[in-house]
Amino acid sequence: MRWIWIDRFVEFKSGQFARAVKNLSLAEDYFADHFPGYPVMPAALMLEGLAQTGGILVGEANDYREKVILAKILQARFHGEVLAGRQLIYETDLVFLRPEGASVQGRIFAAPPPGVSSTELERVADAEIFFAHLDQARSQQIFGDHNFVFTGELKHLLGLVKATTDHKDGS
Amino acid sequence: MPSQDEIYTKVSATLVEALNVDEDDIKPTSTLQGDLGAESIDFLDIVFRLEREFGIKIPRGELFPESIFQGDPEFVQNGRVTDKGIAELRARMPFANLAKFEQNPELSAISDLFTVEMITRYIQDKLNGHTNGAVNGK
Repeated sequence: MRWIWIDRFVEFKSGQFARAVKNLSLAEDYFADHFPGYPVMPAALMLEGLAQTGGILVGEANDYREKVILAKILQARFHGEVLAGRQLIYETDLVFLRPEGASVQGRIFAAPPPGVSSTELERVADAEIFFAHLDQARSQQIFGDHNFVFTGELKHLLGLVKATTDHKDGS
Repeated sequence: MPSQDEIYTKVSATLVEALNVDEDDIKPTSTLQGDLGAESIDFLDIVFRLEREFGIKIPRGELFPESIFQGDPEFVQNGRVTDKGIAELRARMPFANLAKFEQNPELSAISDLFTVEMITRYIQDKLNGHTNGAVNGK
């Protein structure tokens, strides 16, 4: 299974804000066990998707020079559950960015279920996520020059939004 | 200029947020790592929050210096900090209370210098315009 928990970016403002979507398909393996007959998106995987949205926002701000790793999630509040067949929307605002790390404020929404006429997004979760720049934060350890965080697939995700829309400042 | 009590209250609130501890567990002498369970990544988070809370800039390595001694035998011998090492500590962390540490300067006890009152004193110095000039240049 590939560890990519967003389908595409729909809005990206460099160093400020990112919005991505994730479609929940019943074909995804984890729904078989979580739970049989009641396919609900695991909260931890929602956080992973939000962290990937925020992590790319942080990484892009430094032109992917840093190894951006999820350091801690101080608080996460979940307001509801989301079943297969729906679409999640991940929003992250960059709160601060420093040489050693960064933090983002994240929000997760669910688009209305198919067939429902409402356009109102359902608030699913809020979380503040803290990232560290690996080499800067742990200067005593050597992790090498190779940036194993942004190897390709995660970076290419952003290419999708650039190819279709052009919200990014200065591009 | 906020009073020392006001600074302490804000520092406590910051630690409650950053470390997810109860306010009742925080005392002036609480050590960040030993008593409040802070891990290395939390130090970064605490610095970020203090900057936001007090509207100050905390240069890297000023409040929580990293690897002060770099294994230098002039500063550390047989796991104990030498007199020269203590002088270096005093220069780098003038806001830390070294009185207890000096009685038994085990290298491993350095983390006990990082207390709630140490942060309070640092912030107070900072707001008064007295900053530590000898910042690790990294």
